[in-house]
Amino acid sequence: MYVAVKGGEKAIENAHQLLDAARRGSPDIPEISVKQIREQLSLAVDRVTSEGSLYDPDLAALAVKQAQGDLVEAIFLVRAYRTTLPRFGVSTPVETGKMRVQRRISSCFKELPGGQLLGPTFDYTHRLLDFQLLDCPEQAPAQASKEPLGQAPGQEAEQAPDDNLDAEGSSPMVTGLAPQDSRTADTLPLGEPGSKEMPSIAELLRGEGLIEEQQGHDGAPKDITRDPLTFPATRDQRLQSLARADEGFVLALGYSTQRGYGSMHPFAGEIRVGRVEVEIVPEELGFAVCIGEILLTECQMLGKYSGDTHRPAHFSQGYGLAFGNCERKAMSMALVDRALRHDEFGEDVKGPAQDQEFVLSHGDNVEASGFVQHLKLPHYVDFQAELEIVRRLRAAHAAKGQDDGEEGSL
Amino acid sequence: MDNEKRKVWMRTLALSDRDDLRHFAGQFPGPEYSFLRAPEVGLVMIRGRISGDGAAFNLGEMTVSRCVVRTVTGLVGYGFVAGRSREHAELAAYFDAMLQDEKTGPELETKLIAPLESKLRTRRVEQDTATRTTAVDFFTLVRGEDGHE
Repeated sequence: MYVAVKGGEKAIENAHQLLDAARRGSPDIPEISVKQIREQLSLAVDRVTSEGSLYDPDLAALAVKQAQGDLVEAIFLVRAYRTTLPRFGVSTPVETGKMRVQRRISSCFKELPGGQLLGPTFDYTHRLLDFQLLDCPEQAPAQASKEPLGQAPGQEAEQAPDDNLDAEGSSPMVTGLAPQDSRTADTLPLGEPGSKEMPSIAELLRGEGLIEEQQGHDGAPKDITRDPLTFPATRDQRLQSLARADEGFVLALGYSTQRGYGSMHPFAGEIRVGRVEVEIVPEELGFAVCIGEILLTECQMLGKYSGDTHRPAHFSQGYGLAFGNCERKAMSMALVDRALRHDEFGEDVKGPAQDQEFVLSHGDNVEASGFVQHLKLPHYVDFQAELEIVRRLRAAHAAKGQDDGEEGSL
Repeated sequence: MDNEKRKVWMRTLALSDRDDLRHFAGQFPGPEYSFLRAPEVGLVMIRGRISGDGAAFNLGEMTVSRCVVRTVTGLVGYGFVAGRSREHAELAAYFDAMLQDEKTGPELETKLIAPLESKLRTRRVEQDTATRTTAVDFFTLVRGEDGHE
């Protein structure tokens, strides 16, 4: 228990001023802009988007700036902001099968229909520091090889201060510049009818019955932000919880399943990173409208299931889905999702990753950070009580020692 | 009214940059309008499907702006756009109303929606072309056979 204390206002005020100064760093160095963070630290932004559980890259970038790059603090800021807004509704489920991929790989099939696309990846880099990045010659925006339509290089659209962080390469429109694409499967936009089809790994295996059947398309899923988790949690609740859980925590749990604290030997069936459109059905309209698109990372883990009396052998699935480009998170999430399904496959519980109460109760870094950090708050009364007890016990111990001494040892 | 057509233009208006819509609003002065719902920012819970094709689950929320306008000519337009730009929502609602007008609609579809659509498409083709350069072509991998080109 901690109690309220008064006083310290001046100290707190000064501490906040120091915090501002610490965030700003040396005034000799130009201040970093939210747009620079959004564009150049995009993976930090994506992590805040994903664990903040709020898709708004501009706000996430702002949070990263405000939190001095402390991503868990940034996630906290985004979560707090989220509570100030009303919810207009829910989307229809996004169709990751129609994702416009910027990356798509499989460790299961070499020649995957639709192809393997590496996209912008750290894989196959040498992990050597690139000292060329040290020099950042006078901040001139790189001469883009393709200038935005109707915009002279370096010309920026005027930004209104309030709600207008959202310009995405904003450029005034010039009419009549239709692309001259030659309309073959290789030049059509990905995911568009007529372009190369990209069936999911599940679709490829489903024909032969090699993969588990999906069940239960009906009914609204539960929402852990509205109704607190109760155990045992359903798979939709578990996935929602894992999607916003701390990447480090989920990564460690996923890793633990690979090291034997779990029972799956997984394959990365398919990993996709790309954009999907979000649709809602406004009540007033009664039909679905697209409101924008978001970047997602999806991972399908496959694990062999040897079958039982009711079911022949097949591959079972673990699923990971996260906002932004968060491949490590999506893969870890898929491993943990599969580990938590042990009861469906009659597997022994051998590790913490299979214990849903343990996993789901400790994955949220805002809750975890809050509870650990609350120890910094004044616990003066509690501590006085403990102090009294320790003193009394010590006195009793000393008295007993004296008694023992008088009676002589055995 | 043709809902399918309306869905197409509402999508285009939502995906396009606000600055482009603002640019066109200056070019196509239309009737006065009032707000049935003033522009406001809120959230939409995004749902996914388990394994991409199974039961739905709640993934997380996104910011959304919405606005409903009524023109003096009596048309009601809706704007629902991702992000926190109230202006974008208002412009989308305004154009949604104008596009429903039998007189101004067809012209706007040619002069507004078509070029916006084309810009979105150009952007996609550019991104996809870049992505396709990273396609792994296994046919070029030859193992241990000399003399192969």
